[in-house]
Amino acid sequence: MKKRLMTSVLAGMLALSMALAGCTGSQETQAPPNAAEGGQTAQEPVTDAGSSGPKQLIYGRGADTKTLDPIRETDGETFRVTENIYETLVTYKETSTEIIPGLAESWTISDDGLTYTFKLRQGVKFHDGTDFNAEAVVFNFERWMDKNNPYHDEEGYPYYNDMFGGYKGDETHVIESVKAIDSHTLEFKLNRTLAPFLANLGMSPFAIASPKAIEAGTLAEHPVGTGPFKFESWNRNDSITLVKNTEYWDSGYPKLDKVVFKVIPENASRLTALVNGEIDLMDGLNPEDVPNVESNPDLQLYKRPPMNVGYLAFNTEKKPFDNPKVRQAIGHAINKQELIDAFYAGLGIPAVNPLPPSLWGHNDSVKDREFNLEKAKQLLTEAGYPDGFKAEFWTMPVPRPYMPDGKKIAEAIQQNLKEIGIETEIVTMEWATYLEKTRKGEYEMCLLGWNGDNGDPDNFLYTLLDKNTIDGNNIPRYASEEAHQLLLRAQTVTNLEERDNLYKQAQEVIFEDAPMIPLVHATPPLAGKANVLNYLPHPKGTETLRNVDLK
Amino acid sequence: MAEVQIEKVQPVQETISSPWRDAWRILIRNKLAVVGFGIIVFFILLALLAPYITPYPYDKGELVNRNKPPSAEHWFGTDYNGRDIFTRVIYGAQISLRVGVLAVLGSALAGTVLGLLAGYYGRWVDMLISRVFDIMLAFPSILLAVAIVAILGPSLNNAMLAIAIVNIPTYGRLVRSIVLRLKQEDFVTAARAIGMGDARIIFHHILPNSLAPIIVTGTLGIATAIIEAAALGFLGLGAQPPQPEWGVMLSDSRQYIQHAPWSVIFPGLSIMLTVLGFNLVGDGLRDALDPRMKN
Amino acid sequence: MALLSYTVRRLLMLIPVLLGMSLIVFAIIHAIPGDPALTILGEKASPKALEELRQQLGLYNPWYVQYFDYLSDIVRGDLGHSLHTKAPIAEEILPYLAATAELTLVSMLFAVLIGVNAGIISAWKQNSWFDYMSMLIALIGVSMPVFWLGLMEQWVFAQELQWLPSVGRDNPRDPVVPITHLYIIDAMLAGRWDQLRDVLEHLILPGIALGTIPMAIIARITRSSMLEVMRSDYIRTARAKGLGQFFVVYKHALKNAFIPILTIIGVQTGLLIGGAILTETIFGWPGVGRYIYTAIGNRDYPVIQSGILVIATIFVLINLLVDLLYAYVDPRIRYR
Repeated sequence: MKKRLMTSVLAGMLALSMALAGCTGSQETQAPPNAAEGGQTAQEPVTDAGSSGPKQLIYGRGADTKTLDPIRETDGETFRVTENIYETLVTYKETSTEIIPGLAESWTISDDGLTYTFKLRQGVKFHDGTDFNAEAVVFNFERWMDKNNPYHDEEGYPYYNDMFGGYKGDETHVIESVKAIDSHTLEFKLNRTLAPFLANLGMSPFAIASPKAIEAGTLAEHPVGTGPFKFESWNRNDSITLVKNTEYWDSGYPKLDKVVFKVIPENASRLTALVNGEIDLMDGLNPEDVPNVESNPDLQLYKRPPMNVGYLAFNTEKKPFDNPKVRQAIGHAINKQELIDAFYAGLGIPAVNPLPPSLWGHNDSVKDREFNLEKAKQLLTEAGYPDGFKAEFWTMPVPRPYMPDGKKIAEAIQQNLKEIGIETEIVTMEWATYLEKTRKGEYEMCLLGWNGDNGDPDNFLYTLLDKNTIDGNNIPRYASEEAHQLLLRAQTVTNLEERDNLYKQAQEVIFEDAPMIPLVHATPPLAGKANVLNYLPHPKGTETLRNVDLK
Repeated sequence: MAEVQIEKVQPVQETISSPWRDAWRILIRNKLAVVGFGIIVFFILLALLAPYITPYPYDKGELVNRNKPPSAEHWFGTDYNGRDIFTRVIYGAQISLRVGVLAVLGSALAGTVLGLLAGYYGRWVDMLISRVFDIMLAFPSILLAVAIVAILGPSLNNAMLAIAIVNIPTYGRLVRSIVLRLKQEDFVTAARAIGMGDARIIFHHILPNSLAPIIVTGTLGIATAIIEAAALGFLGLGAQPPQPEWGVMLSDSRQYIQHAPWSVIFPGLSIMLTVLGFNLVGDGLRDALDPRMKN
Repeated sequence: MALLSYTVRRLLMLIPVLLGMSLIVFAIIHAIPGDPALTILGEKASPKALEELRQQLGLYNPWYVQYFDYLSDIVRGDLGHSLHTKAPIAEEILPYLAATAELTLVSMLFAVLIGVNAGIISAWKQNSWFDYMSMLIALIGVSMPVFWLGLMEQWVFAQELQWLPSVGRDNPRDPVVPITHLYIIDAMLAGRWDQLRDVLEHLILPGIALGTIPMAIIARITRSSMLEVMRSDYIRTARAKGLGQFFVVYKHALKNAFIPILTIIGVQTGLLIGGAILTETIFGWPGVGRYIYTAIGNRDYPVIQSGILVIATIFVLINLLVDLLYAYVDPRIRYR
């Protein structure tokens, strides 16, 4: 019944939007703000609100945004929203991490790699009407890097700290100074070369906010940026509503009048809401539901290009996992393809290296260990464990793009390990505790993963496996000096070819040592209504909806 | 007629136990209680004989065989890991029955001791214990259990412990009120007058008289405990994989409900039936043993 | 007068209970392992940033300092700020409370309406088919795991038949504009009858899931107390007169059976608040149970503390209210 109702509603919407096609754009955009304000459009029926003129898109997702001040946050659900409100100096292409102009139209880099000069876009305004210019950018950077700045938050900015080596005054801090040369020219001086500097600047947390809003201290609840959409309202743990920025600098964009980010925690329920027509797009589709989406003419399936890795980590400081042979043996006992077929609906590729093959620097010549229980047993015997051993096997309690269901994947791996004599006990705990304890190395074996931020191999290999990141994201506590030297060098040289080479060498070392078994580079599936146009999921996990339109 | 005759000539000890026999007679005449009893026995047998009933292990399946509908080989179908659901359900009976009984034993034991102390000694002991009970009862029990498991870490045993802890006040208050009532009775006053020690009074007079209501509450309590354990499992705070706990099976199979509804239907039905069994027997026992508790 | 002093006495007795509760909650959350700093900064935080945040949150203060800070805030009506959203909890919790209240009230209404009527008719038509069927349903209802019932409802009515929405409180395409946060009222205030319909549709499945157990219990209690009352001479006389039999029984017997039913309703409200966590989880209901449950996962200490305290306070107050009603309805009860 509901289905039939929805189809007729959709048909009606289609007819209406065709009738409206003759109207000018400006007329169309005048309608939505009124419709959005409060409840005074009282008598208007539901269906009309969605169809007459204003194009409203509802994006269903699993969790709420933390705050709308992106520099303070690290999670995708925050960036998914803030990327529509704010913009960064440089940005990435629609489906890759290739760097393209953002708020900066062009830039030059000095030969020593220590001075970056940006030409900023003209005629850009913040949503509060103030001008975007070099001073505004400097204002933002001063806030982030200087702990004595009056607007610097005491909690600090995790991404700034990690990507730019701490804060002003710290020995490792990368940025020496940020200066406005003239109103639209900006100059960065660096203390040391940082190969991924530009790539870092494109990351969502480094979005430029209105200095006026920063001074008011209300950014976390009332974000003010230059982006295609303006903030309208936030109903915590439920929905965030954005409306079209009619003065957006890139005329013709955005296509939508209104975007609502709606929280529906359970994946299956979210799909039901999509099928029932309550939402238009959704993240976090259960892999099992992929065939349903494909066979439903009202829906379309999206696949997010993979830039992630799901892995099985060993605590290389604990027996018996300090022995590389044991780790290699387990590498032979896991059937990656079978896991991908069962728990990723085949949407993913078996991982050989921690680095996804879509990124430069990936070493294609490393050949993976075959799934071979005999070989695994033999290696275990060589390592001195012919009868296997018992171990705890930790698994993550929450779904991640790289690991849609850690518990079930652990159960499947457990079955295989049992066959080579390794008896595992599956342990799980709250996500926060899990992160804390795996970082501290309190586990023996665990499942975890990583979603790339900026498309630089450094963001995978150094972050996950350098000895400097032990207690941080180096979960296996892998302390190879050889890998460390290679990764550190790759960070400082700016020649791309040389860096490429260094990363390839590092991957060989890592593969031999097997501190982790990379399992999969997943292609997370998403779903949307058939009438959604131009939605392209970005590999980094979130994307702006500025190009998205409704048919 | 004959029966009445015999009862009249029975020796003294026998008349003490005769309320129990009366109760038994009332109980087996209660059809619903008998049905409940049958359900419980059925599940106990399943649990005990699990390895003989099913050829499959509960923790091993083939991934290629996942989410298959019920068939001659797999009566209840298979789950997301290709495991036989019938097997998991009957092994799950072991877990749920054990958790239910042990949790109730734990809380009944602790509750009885605290209730005795509070009721018998009164004054500040009563004051302290009763206030703690008040406070504990002021929390919704599931919330308190969730918090306790959060401290101890999620596992079946911790869930059981949490359930036992949150239910202590129920038994404590019950026993306390019984003790308060009995303390006024003649036989206790008499026992005191002849210089009987506290321990003897408690064990000879008070405890035996408290047993019936504790058994009634306990039987109904097993039903509650089974549901609570399954609820904690469902929230991911109870049993851990690959343990075939019913609540965990429900939450793990939940996302497949449209593709493999059998993996959600059968564990849920099992919870409901077991709980129904204990509720029926509990109701019957209440009518038989302690008609006063009837509302 | 007696009632008034009784009320005052009961209210005063709440103080030690609430203090004790705050201490227990405080003790519990401090025994919970897990680093709030890490949960705030997330998996990509550096050790240095974590260290700084811990300092700033006062996590290194001795526990009694933290407790008294907390207590003095509470006394001033300040429930603290959420570590995650940084918003004041006293403000943030209101919509969640309203969501739970709406759900709980609707399911209680469902439970009372169906339960009381089924109980009365069963007693009136004792040993009839209706009696057997409704008591069978009641028996099954009492034994029903809420979360399973919820899943089944969702599967059948939302996913397969697509008759009713499966999650949330309103239609995301046409959200209710919150005023009181009780969406039934908000939709009516806005004069949006189509929205009211949406809101009611969203309430049906979770309302039934949450209301089933109390409904079953109320039906059984009503039946047995009705049977008792109906055996009384008073009703027998009324029945013998033969005047509008059913009406007589309904009115007079219900009046007498009211007290046990009231008690049960009081007890059930507590159970409902507990059951709300599970129902809210399944139906994506943005209620207070879910709010606290999420906070436990996030180690959001202030939210756990204040949230549990608020719920427990409400629970205690409801019990007090029921006791007072009890005393009011039945003057035979002495004010202890």
